[in-house]
Amino acid sequence: MSPSSTPEAALPEESPEVVLEVEDLVKHFPLKEGLIFKRQTGAVQAVDGVSFQLRRGETLGIVGESGCGKSTLAKLLMRLEEPDSGAVRFRGEDFLAMRGEALRRMRRKIQIIFQDPYTSLNPRMSVGDIVAEPFKLHPEAKPAIGVRKRVKELLDVVGLNPDHINRYPHQFSGGQRQRIGIARGLALNPDVIICDEPVSALDVSVQAQVMNLLKDLQGEFGMSYIFIAHDLSVVRHISDRLAVMYLGKLAELGTDHELYGAPAHPYTQALLSAVPVPDPTMRGQRQEIVLQGDPPNPADPPSGCRFRTRCWKATEICITEEPELIVRPGVTQQVACHHAEPNTAVSAEDH
Amino acid sequence: MTELNKAHTVVPAGDPAPSPAPKASAQKDASLWMDTWRSLLRNPWFVVSATLLVMLIAVALFPQLFTDHNPRDCPLSRSRQEPSAEHWFGTDIQGCDYYTRVIYGAGNSMAVGVIVTLSILVLGSLLGLLAAYFGGWVDAVLMRLTDLIFAIPYMLGALVFLAARQERSVWDVAFILIVFTWPTMARLMRGSVLAVINNDYVTAARALGAGPLTIMRRHIIPNSLGPVVGYAAVYTGVIIGAEATLTFLGVGLQLPAISWGLQLNDAQSYLQQMPHLLTFPLIFVALTVFAFTTMGEALRDALDPKSKKR
Amino acid sequence: MTTAPQNTSAQHSRSDVAGNGPLLEVKDLHVEFRTKHGVAQAINGLNFTLEAGETLAILGESGSGKSVTAQTIMGILDMPPGHIAGGEIRYRGQDLLAMKPEQRRRLRGVSISMIFQDALSSLNPVLPVGWQIAEMFRVHQKMRRRPARQRAIELMRRVGIPAAERRVGDYPHQFSGGMRQRIMIAMAIALNPDVLIADEPTTALDVTVQAQVMRLLKELQTENNMGLILITHDLGVVADVADKIAVMYAGRVMEAADVYDIYARPGHPYTQGLLESLPRIDAAGERLNAIPGLPPSLTDMPPGCPFSPRCPYATDLCRSELPGLLPIVAEHTSACHFRDDMYRGRLQTPEEAQA
Repeated sequence: MSPSSTPEAALPEESPEVVLEVEDLVKHFPLKEGLIFKRQTGAVQAVDGVSFQLRRGETLGIVGESGCGKSTLAKLLMRLEEPDSGAVRFRGEDFLAMRGEALRRMRRKIQIIFQDPYTSLNPRMSVGDIVAEPFKLHPEAKPAIGVRKRVKELLDVVGLNPDHINRYPHQFSGGQRQRIGIARGLALNPDVIICDEPVSALDVSVQAQVMNLLKDLQGEFGMSYIFIAHDLSVVRHISDRLAVMYLGKLAELGTDHELYGAPAHPYTQALLSAVPVPDPTMRGQRQEIVLQGDPPNPADPPSGCRFRTRCWKATEICITEEPELIVRPGVTQQVACHHAEPNTAVSAEDH
Repeated sequence: MTELNKAHTVVPAGDPAPSPAPKASAQKDASLWMDTWRSLLRNPWFVVSATLLVMLIAVALFPQLFTDHNPRDCPLSRSRQEPSAEHWFGTDIQGCDYYTRVIYGAGNSMAVGVIVTLSILVLGSLLGLLAAYFGGWVDAVLMRLTDLIFAIPYMLGALVFLAARQERSVWDVAFILIVFTWPTMARLMRGSVLAVINNDYVTAARALGAGPLTIMRRHIIPNSLGPVVGYAAVYTGVIIGAEATLTFLGVGLQLPAISWGLQLNDAQSYLQQMPHLLTFPLIFVALTVFAFTTMGEALRDALDPKSKKR
Repeated sequence: MTTAPQNTSAQHSRSDVAGNGPLLEVKDLHVEFRTKHGVAQAINGLNFTLEAGETLAILGESGSGKSVTAQTIMGILDMPPGHIAGGEIRYRGQDLLAMKPEQRRRLRGVSISMIFQDALSSLNPVLPVGWQIAEMFRVHQKMRRRPARQRAIELMRRVGIPAAERRVGDYPHQFSGGMRQRIMIAMAIALNPDVLIADEPTTALDVTVQAQVMRLLKELQTENNMGLILITHDLGVVADVADKIAVMYAGRVMEAADVYDIYARPGHPYTQGLLESLPRIDAAGERLNAIPGLPPSLTDMPPGCPFSPRCPYATDLCRSELPGLLPIVAEHTSACHFRDDMYRGRLQTPEEAQA
């Protein structure tokens, strides 16, 4: 069924096909010094060996704190940045090798939704023109019913009044602008939509509207989402599987149930325990792991395990040997930790 | 729970038109350009400067509509007259009707101002756009070039180069001014483009496979040209002043051309006896510079995207 | 909040210095913004009290007036366009709004202090952080350079900055976001204020760092017996640290109560809506109960209850008459016509009532 041979943890037998396969993706940004003759003095290891698979109709959440490389990962998957090495296969085809016309056609299949509804829409273009832009750039995908009619349909699908097609972005609220961005992302019927923090700029009540919309659209059109966010509650709500990223690497990868129920990587455990629960009766009831300090500089990551400088479990082996992302004893998810151990005390599941 | 959920959640889906941002509900198709126009009309300075400019441009284009005299009809018999009902601004040394001379002088001054501004607007914007969009060595080379030219004050540069020429037409003066002033526009445009280029809508277009030309045309230029256009209008006033100054100093336009600078130059010898020869062209230069500068300020205010947020 | 003081046991560190009354009391405060598009009513009759050692969370979405509240109390509201249209802000019985600017300025930072969301833009980029902290002592306590610097180092150590002696000369950009927030906290608590206003103090921070900073704030509050006003949109943070909550919407307090009561039994449909629309880490994949529609424009308020256009329970009464903020039970007030039914879980939507 799947064209790949990479082992995936605990996949149900009837899993749908793999749409997107990422293998050992690496992107380092060189740091240069000097006015005219620049010499490289180091490199920010933004993404450093990330692998995962995305199946049809599923949502893969990618969580991590600022600077962990999740946004760079999104750019690599959109081919807005070129990776240093690694592979991205889209339905088995090598996405990174594509050039020219092939690349242009492939871009239809992967779309992106941005975080900031105020910078993601061109203020000088009407909503109709914004949502129609994909058809302008991909004339071969022009709908039979006519662009304008299709744009109105799309506006309706995302919950906007189709009669507002001639309005301009500044006439809409943040949540409505986000819906416009989603309509643009849907226009070409993509197979994969990368959602880069799509609700973090929105108010709680509006955030819920947009998250419901994203879920409804997935139910209706069956596309896959890569949902990048820093808010674990939001990610939990929308994702089927989850990848936790730390300093350019995946720390843990598994199903929603595995990671929230029995997180095995110390970093995942700390992240989970730090998320405040909106229930005052839980005060002091949950185990709190408060990490010391800040994430290290990605230009100079620690040797061995990157998390070891903030980890309470770190030992000699963590300094010398980098832990692989594999299924560890006692758990079903993949964990990149020598001392992986499921912790249900910080579990977010109701027991 | 699920029953209750449904009752609630039908609402957002079934109500596809959460009312638009109420501020804008009155206007249907309010593009930013329309908003700009409306806010301009509300600005009294814009109205004043626009009226003044329309008049000055009419004077420059059709001077014959504003006077019955011929500027070259100069009988020495009526030289050096004070302003009177017959000759509103009096007459000059040669006996030309001074009002007519001043009216005809508008053409050359405006021509220099408009030619220079339009040229540097196109040239500067283009180079600024290229520098900002492509960055890297294109940016480095272009910006070092602007530094080089910035190092020479433009009046000094124009003075030196124009003094070296025997014959100087409107085009010569304009050319020299273009050479020394385009970097200002290029710098301005570069900054303006850099502010726009990192917006997500540009990234979105790139992700859709749009090429550089499409991105510049559709996304970057419409959003970055505003401040540059406003500044260009201000700059027209500056250039008109510069032309008058150069001509006054004797390195600008030459006789038999008619221009305010030349009139000022002539008048300086007779400042004591006939101050009106200096006053009238000076008032026109001042009015023109004022009109362009005020217009530019008004445009800049109206086009500033920051005042439009929300 | 019209509730009686809760923590009267707490000793008032400076109660002998000034007058009587609660530590901070806001009475019927009205703030407007006079803009080109009309008068925006940012705050419409705000009431609350804060006692020493107590944490009041002011919870609201953008445009609810929560940040304007903070700025008005601090006296740093931009005027114009801001305009205080009425009300009182009493600090230990003295009305801040009636004070002379000079008198008020002397309270700022000394008695009432504030920390902001964006530490990077709140710190001066060209001065070392130690210098900026020490300045508090030099200006307000006329301390000499050396001892002030020594105090700055102690404070930096207290707020958890590693190697404080070495870092005292560093500039703001050399610190991470969480460390900068700590430095701002150090400046805010330098002079042992009675009231600390924290405006979205952890919104810009990562979740692990957020936990550190909130813990620090709580510790410092207990140590100095400060009244803490926490301005936030985050229902999770509130549940973790607040004693009482005021929920703001469209410039009004919709509901105010003890933190345990409000989460267990919300007395206003808006509060209920917020709680239900929140994705929770301890509940997977269910559909969220989003509140439909958008908050009203502050220049164009609907008649009656401002939440009525979005409220599933709204009746004609709600659309015509503005409900007052009245008690349901002691220490739990709500601005809903049906506050009692809401509180007891008996409120039905008009459709349900018909069925």
